[in-house]
Amino acid sequence: MIVNQNIIDAVIVEEGVELTLDELSRACAVNAEWIVTLVDEGILEPLDIAANPWRFNGICLRRVRIIQHLQQDLEVNLAGAALALQLLEEIDSLQLRITALEAHVKGS
Amino acid sequence: MEFKDYYKIMGVARDATQDEIKRAYRKLARKYHPDVSKEPDAEVRFKEIGEAYEVLKDPEKRAAYDQLGTSWQSGQEFQPPPGWNQGFEFHDGGFAHADASQFSSFFEALFGNRFNTNRRYRDEGFDMRGNDTHAKISIDIQDAYLGSVRTITLQHTELGPDGRPQVKTRKLNVRIPKGVHQGQLIRLAGQGSPGIGKHNAGDLYLEIAFNPHPFYKIEGKDVLLELPVTPWELALGRVVKVPTPTGMVDLKLPPGTQSGRKLRLKERGIPSKPPGDLYVILQIVLPSADSEQAKGLYEEMERKLAFNPRSKLGV
Repeated sequence: MIVNQNIIDAVIVEEGVELTLDELSRACAVNAEWIVTLVDEGILEPLDIAANPWRFNGICLRRVRIIQHLQQDLEVNLAGAALALQLLEEIDSLQLRITALEAHVKGS
Repeated sequence: MEFKDYYKIMGVARDATQDEIKRAYRKLARKYHPDVSKEPDAEVRFKEIGEAYEVLKDPEKRAAYDQLGTSWQSGQEFQPPPGWNQGFEFHDGGFAHADASQFSSFFEALFGNRFNTNRRYRDEGFDMRGNDTHAKISIDIQDAYLGSVRTITLQHTELGPDGRPQVKTRKLNVRIPKGVHQGQLIRLAGQGSPGIGKHNAGDLYLEIAFNPHPFYKIEGKDVLLELPVTPWELALGRVVKVPTPTGMVDLKLPPGTQSGRKLRLKERGIPSKPPGDLYVILQIVLPSADSEQAKGLYEEMERKLAFNPRSKLGV
């Protein structure tokens, strides 16, 4: 058993973390070319497409991992995985709106 | 170890064709995929299905598994008979979809834990920096409110000197960032796989889930609480005490509110930027008429209040 007594600080990736193309591909253990494909397909957007190197919002890490899992586990192609991701994100945002709306509906 | 009925897990008959097995797998995998499914046990089910499919999709493994016979029940105490798989030759090159280290001890006993280092997406470059690693952890809701330090235990598999995989355990004290919510990733710099030579270690990414709480439910960064109230507290609009993860607050009920109504306590959800809200769902609880006095009060209301909750139903 390896025990590290120091307190390790963690940062929330989705909030304020920016990842370079290199960092993003390393975090998902994929080739940078594959990330470029995701950008070409309109699945990911760099913060500034003209910048070099590209930088991505931390939210992109989660999106890449979901695409990866869907492709590996369900054998869907890239377009199918991208569509599923988009629908999953829509469900999440609808779920939050439902919770908020229910608070405004009287006697519900 | 427990016997696993792979046919039952996949919901197919023992004489199912390979096509039927594949169809059953695809359907179940879509239903229980942890990124897609809202089922609470999705991850466990998904692993189970993956393991069952790993055996049943491969005619060699399936034939060997069938050798065990039909008399076994799921969950029954099981030891493989000595030399049970003699004469079977396994040709497959590894586990394409599943991480073999995740399979049950039942699977391991039958087919061995053949360590597979070929990852599909492995970067083939000459970067000697350590790999980034991922894990999931469960924290308490209070940790996200307070930003507390939690000790987390992580397990990973390493190839031992004998070429067999070994499970290594390590403990880390992590300061949970305040305001983190369900499904978010947190990054611990330099806590991934060690680098080679003087190169840096990779980073560790942890996906956050919350331990179930006896009365708070979490949706994104909003927190839901069912609050039992009396009919008169609601009708008269009384002030009631409400527990929040950071302490008690007084809540003035709007007079005449109905049961089931959600009240929003602005920005008392998880303290993200911007913070979530705390929703209080009011649930009327009726005192039972188990004493003469209680019974008398109900009877008095019955006589004196001309109240028909079913008027809209025409009765």
